[in-house]
Amino acid sequence: MALSQLASSSPSRSVNLLKPLLSAISLHRPISTDTTPITVETSVPFTAHQCEAPSRTVQTNAQELLNFFRDMAVMRRMEIAADSLYKAKLIRGFCHLYDGQEAVAVGMEAALTKKDCIITSYRDHCTFVGRDGTLLEVFAELMGRQAGCSKGKGGSMHFYKKDSNFYGGHGIVGAQVPLGCGLAFAQKYCKDEAVTFALYGDGAANQGQLFEALNISALWNLPAILVCENNHYGMGTAEWRAAKSPAYYKRGDYAPGLKVDGMDALAVKQACAFAKEHALKNGPIILEMDTYRYHGHSMSDPGSTYRTRDEITGVRQERDPIERIRKLILLHDLATEKELKDIEKEVRKEVDDAIAQAKENPVPEPSKLFSDVYAKGLGVESFGADRKEVRATLA
Amino acid sequence: MLGVVRQKMLGQSLPKIRPVVSVLRSYSSAAKQMTVRDALNSALDEEMSADPKVFLMGEEVGEYQGAYKISKGLLDKYGPERVRDTPITEAGFAGIGVGAAYYGLKPVVEFMTFNFSMQAIDHIINSAAKSNYMSAGQMSVPIVFRGPNGAAAGVGAQHSQCYAAWYASCPGLKVLTPYSSEDARGLLKAAIRDPDPVVFLENELLYGESFPVSDEVLDSSFCLPIGKAKIERVGRDVTITAFSKMVGHALKAAEILEKDGIDAEVINLRSIRPLDRSTINASVRKTNRLITVEEGFPQHGVGAEICASVVEESFAYLDAPVERIAGADIPMPYAANLERMAVPQVEDIVRAAKRACYRSVPLAAAA
Repeated sequence: MALSQLASSSPSRSVNLLKPLLSAISLHRPISTDTTPITVETSVPFTAHQCEAPSRTVQTNAQELLNFFRDMAVMRRMEIAADSLYKAKLIRGFCHLYDGQEAVAVGMEAALTKKDCIITSYRDHCTFVGRDGTLLEVFAELMGRQAGCSKGKGGSMHFYKKDSNFYGGHGIVGAQVPLGCGLAFAQKYCKDEAVTFALYGDGAANQGQLFEALNISALWNLPAILVCENNHYGMGTAEWRAAKSPAYYKRGDYAPGLKVDGMDALAVKQACAFAKEHALKNGPIILEMDTYRYHGHSMSDPGSTYRTRDEITGVRQERDPIERIRKLILLHDLATEKELKDIEKEVRKEVDDAIAQAKENPVPEPSKLFSDVYAKGLGVESFGADRKEVRATLA
Repeated sequence: MLGVVRQKMLGQSLPKIRPVVSVLRSYSSAAKQMTVRDALNSALDEEMSADPKVFLMGEEVGEYQGAYKISKGLLDKYGPERVRDTPITEAGFAGIGVGAAYYGLKPVVEFMTFNFSMQAIDHIINSAAKSNYMSAGQMSVPIVFRGPNGAAAGVGAQHSQCYAAWYASCPGLKVLTPYSSEDARGLLKAAIRDPDPVVFLENELLYGESFPVSDEVLDSSFCLPIGKAKIERVGRDVTITAFSKMVGHALKAAEILEKDGIDAEVINLRSIRPLDRSTINASVRKTNRLITVEEGFPQHGVGAEICASVVEESFAYLDAPVERIAGADIPMPYAANLERMAVPQVEDIVRAAKRACYRSVPLAAAA
């Protein structure tokens, strides 16, 4: 089947700089498991601060590229579905969407293992999925149901998956950076030979506690990688209005930094692998991911009062991370357009099924109001709004 | 610098840091004395020895031997990996401590005084206290934040605040307030072993005070339960609740009251959150009169909570309105005479107890 499809999309017709290294023979194998190496160049070279930039030549393969495509398609579809659910009032409160930024989550996972830790801000849905969170856990949590990853107690900003070393999900801008450095401290203390990626935005990049944590991490040589997901807007404030120096990869001063095209999953992968190796030996490093969010800051922000619609559509046309991978896959004949469309259809169904399942899932039991206040409740009493009516003993 | 001043003021030689248990056993009838400082030091030492996941972090805890010498000798014994001197960046190092606790370590984070904890309060409340709840049990935070709390002597408004009421209002935290050396040892050990975030409020003026300690207290397995108050002095006529340094004041007040035929029951709260409402209420049901004593600001204070609890649970047993003795409702002044008026004195407690017992008309405050 692969061969016949290949005949219809012969590579010899398109002349370009990047040709598949192997001929049609390799396509005998099912496309999703082909690990024959493919070499690709990143969109732009890396810009380095206080270190030597890694090569812009990245090793990948069909399996990885197709996984990138699928994973990003899941994330994209999930966030768009969350938008609809929010407008239908099934999701309440805050909802910060990540569509446009998928390459960061996906490229990072390709460079890490689940022994490495990730901690991020409130824009955490896709990062959670990257750490093996399920769609049901996402939608159920967003809708405040029992099957949610935090059993409905957390909400959009408080997704966690400790068994995959994903530490949330934090609502206070910038707080996750010292916390992430603390994770790195613990990894070093336990001699785990693993690293922590602490993600934050261009808005959080000016937080004092970030510099406090970076200072300590550098003094103590902690395996901490600070990743600035620079989507160029801190809520409604453009980076040049908030930062005297928006060269976030340089803001670490004594700490090395790298500026990365955050819309290129392979560039992200390369940078993260480089950063991991660096941090294990030499302590903290900053990665600035040049990325973009299509949605506003949150569902209550249209996202068009502080930037033009032309800008948004421009990025979507020129730099969309999923389209980049799609073009790469087609260029190397790793799959046909129809196969990719089928994947997207499959993904859409997966997302719809998860939403349907989440909608059926019950809300938490009223007794759960008082659960998990403490890990060890000591039989202490707690109270509801009317303490003569509602009291509980904390286990 | 403050720690150095403290050392010069304490003329007498301090007892050894390590408890001399074997010598004690042969002198079981003689009560061993131990300062609160040594009690805290020995508790830290024993818990670090017992569990390699426990580590200490804070300003001057290592090479300086501790701003108040609480961590003396620990750097030498456990090394720089486990006794970490930090820069003067509370938000940063408190956050790092909480992150380490997320991963499963057991940090003891020292604030040189709790006034500086305000720089880190977001991490104490939002990153530590609420995490177990928000994550439905995935992220427990076995951290201890400790350090001196409340007024010292002449340190002025920015260095004298009591934070018991602030931290104790927050669900998800446990807040402990040791008074004696027994309290210091037992509660610090309990705090370090506890899987939840504990705010451990010490008192600088108590560090040098000596208290008798039994063999049991000196044993390395000694631990006090969290959430249980101690009745320091049994009485019949009026209940006086207090915590930290004020327990000493309450006991002195009780001695004075005894001469006037008033038998006061003094409760050392030990734990502000959880608050031992049942011990307090049982006592009030016995004595029918209550004085709450605290050093901190009066509005929305610990005494207000205790009063509300007693009104809710034991209203019919009260023979007099609940009296609150608290710090003055002002920032702490420097001048010694004003400072004395800003903090509860023994005579304030005595006067309030008499009011509760005789319903005498209270004197108007001097303008």
